[in-house]
Amino acid sequence: MSMAVKKTSEPFEFTKKNREWANGQIKKYPAGKQASAVMPLLTRAQEQNGGWLSVPAIEHIAELLEMPYIRAYEVASFYTMYNLSSVGTHVIEICTTTPCWLRGSDDIVAAAKDELGIGFGETTADGEITLLEVECAGACVNAPVCAIHHSYFEDLTPDAMRQLIRDLKAGKDLKPGPQIDRHTSAPVGGPTTLQDEGAV
Amino acid sequence: MPKVNINGQEIEAPAGMSLLQACELAGAEIPRFCYHERLEIAGNCRMCLVEWVGAPKPQASCALSVGDLRPNPDGTPANIRTDSPVVKKAREGVMEFLLINHPLDCPICDQGGECDLQDQALGYGAGRSRYEENKRAVEEKHMGPLIKTIMTRCIHCTRCIRFATDVAGVPELGAVGRGEHMEITTYLEKTLDSELSGNVIDLCPVGALTSKPYAFTARPWELTKTESVDVMDALGSNIRIDARGKEVMRVLPRLHEDVNEEWISDKTRYACDGLMKQRLDRPYVRKGGKLQEASWNAAFEAIATGLKGLSGEEIAGVVGDLCDMESMFALKGLLALLGSDRIECRQDGAKLESAVRASYLFNTTIAGIEDADAILLIGTNPRLEAAVLNARIRKTWLAKKLPIANIGPAYDLTYPVEQLGDNAAVVADILAGKNGFADILKKAERPMLILGQGALAHEDGGAVLKAAHDIADQFGFIKEGWNGFNVLHTAASRVGALDLGLTVEGGLEGLLKDAKAVFLLGADEFDAAPLKKSFTVYLGSHGDRGVQEADVVLPGAAYSEKSGTYLNTEGRAQMAPRAIFPPGDAREDWTILRALSDVLGKTLPYDSLPELRAKMNVTVIDEAPREGWGDFGAAGKIAKGGIQIAVTDFYGTNPIARASDTMAACRDAKLADLKEGTGTDG
Repeated sequence: MSMAVKKTSEPFEFTKKNREWANGQIKKYPAGKQASAVMPLLTRAQEQNGGWLSVPAIEHIAELLEMPYIRAYEVASFYTMYNLSSVGTHVIEICTTTPCWLRGSDDIVAAAKDELGIGFGETTADGEITLLEVECAGACVNAPVCAIHHSYFEDLTPDAMRQLIRDLKAGKDLKPGPQIDRHTSAPVGGPTTLQDEGAV
Repeated sequence: MPKVNINGQEIEAPAGMSLLQACELAGAEIPRFCYHERLEIAGNCRMCLVEWVGAPKPQASCALSVGDLRPNPDGTPANIRTDSPVVKKAREGVMEFLLINHPLDCPICDQGGECDLQDQALGYGAGRSRYEENKRAVEEKHMGPLIKTIMTRCIHCTRCIRFATDVAGVPELGAVGRGEHMEITTYLEKTLDSELSGNVIDLCPVGALTSKPYAFTARPWELTKTESVDVMDALGSNIRIDARGKEVMRVLPRLHEDVNEEWISDKTRYACDGLMKQRLDRPYVRKGGKLQEASWNAAFEAIATGLKGLSGEEIAGVVGDLCDMESMFALKGLLALLGSDRIECRQDGAKLESAVRASYLFNTTIAGIEDADAILLIGTNPRLEAAVLNARIRKTWLAKKLPIANIGPAYDLTYPVEQLGDNAAVVADILAGKNGFADILKKAERPMLILGQGALAHEDGGAVLKAAHDIADQFGFIKEGWNGFNVLHTAASRVGALDLGLTVEGGLEGLLKDAKAVFLLGADEFDAAPLKKSFTVYLGSHGDRGVQEADVVLPGAAYSEKSGTYLNTEGRAQMAPRAIFPPGDAREDWTILRALSDVLGKTLPYDSLPELRAKMNVTVIDEAPREGWGDFGAAGKIAKGGIQIAVTDFYGTNPIARASDTMAACRDAKLADLKEGTGTDG
């Protein structure tokens, strides 16, 4: 993904409701340490701004927190959760960090790229779906995983990845969690221990 | 004080001292990239690893204080090793990591020969890389006309970020991205808006930030280095002039704790290309309304003719902002022999007098600012008038958040300032106790005020000076071991000129009104039009404003081309030896005046610089004087009205800066940034 934040002249300001929420976040920290609230505020600004942080959005947060623009920009550029260029309606974030990679995330990525016809950091021509590569999603136990709209889709196979994209395009409800026969993080195919309920 | 055993040598060090400094005390050299004495500690380069015997891992000595070292179990001081195999291996590992992505382009790198990484790779580098992977490439960043970036070379020590944020007070540099994608950049690649930006080049331990004007022009080992003193402002920053042949290639700062620490302003560093432009390299005589080249003899004859029949009272002199003591002393001597004592140094019309020395000095001293606990700025913009001194005020503010107030136009001085209004009459309000800041000053233990040339050049400048004197008198500014009354000069020559008593009743205007012949000694900062009617001799280095009405032009030496003594705003005398020879027929100014005096039949009584200096009698060198207090200023009412700050165009305050292409580029970049606007226009 490109490091440089995309230029836009669209102004940004928190809605009244978000502003009140932001004031609550700022109050959590001692006076003079209000800059500590930068991450939740950036997240909320990203949500309000259609999934990404523009320059005016970053500057608005920096001004709210009385911190230099560059300090807010450093934070926004550090975390992959902040998008610095516009994204589609849906964002598919595929984890490629070591555990997912060992479990075949390369194949998942290839399937997604092929199905969507785009690469990482790109958005489909209709502006619907953006594909992103992310650092460890923290769900290594069910690797490989991807995230769509704050939900995790786990134990992916290339086919499952393709099906998810097709369903997403068709507007169907997606079933979060493992995409194979597994309950949460329990063993595949059902429990292997503590099966004798009487003995428990 | 805790004890620590370093390489078998037991030393005592203050608890707050970093282990790195303690090791240096013990004579052990510690390699480092991110650590810098004058910056906050970052601890991110890991080059300063030492072995703490008993600890499981090597320790970063810059981020470990002596007080944190636990003694050994038997109660003996902690054992630190800086030369053990563990240390060597650890540092070699760090060096190998640093070199993974650092390009092998030393032969085309301007840092070559004075590069920390190059030097330390000699000691800790493997000599052969184990990596086959491609090195990462980073796009260059735009940082304005002074700083050239080759960001692929950056090792992310973050010294530049910490300098911009803390010392310069312009938090515009940052590290964006993370891990392998981390890059140092200014916010949205704007020009770094600081008068001290050039210092990041010295701080950069590699060749990532280098000097743009100096790029590819010279190698450090082919330069002649002369330790000198700066004249671009009245601080007398200590500099090193690096020259090759007859050209000054660059100017670097030199350490002086009491003056400039180790910083210099961008003007000091970069105006040196102006030394080669617009130069007067031969004498000129005006014939038929035009200046025409002439020989020295012809020029001297023309002066003799021009002065013929004039009485001493009709001859006057004006000394400029960049003059050394020697040439001013020689001019004063020559005019005295011609029967005149009418020499003026206050080109800006500042209502200063030379009677009481404390009335025109920075009495607190520059280093003394750090002891102040309240500061009142009157008609001065220290950021533009003395950028390095402004950094000292900021340093003091960072350390103790002291109250600072300003009377004069509002400006971002890089620290918070209580704006008391752009009205000279506020000074009288404070004296009368009618302003809230008066109470703060009264309660302060060590209050200080800084009076700028802008306030003194005000129409009621004399009354402002008097009011400032009375504030100092009545609010406890003057006490044992403390004098909080300060005048900040903008001209390097001014204190020396006032010491020589180069003032006349009625100031410059009165002097020019009835003078029939005028000697200009590098005087370029006033409107030359009144000189039309008088016979004018200009002696100086640059073809600037002063030559416009000159009848005879004598080519003098710039500060780099003469041995001179300069008194800074504190009254500290410093010697600057000659670095290069003047161009063409130009000569050191005092020798020209000496030769001229011969032709005029009024020979000056010295034949060499030592003889001149013996007569000039400036004996105390490099010491800030403690002058006695007295009465000064002119009683009177201060009319309401705005104060014009003395320096508005930082990049064009003197003939050298005005001749400099680099300074012009800086001004253009600044104007372009202003035009583009700031903030939300993206």
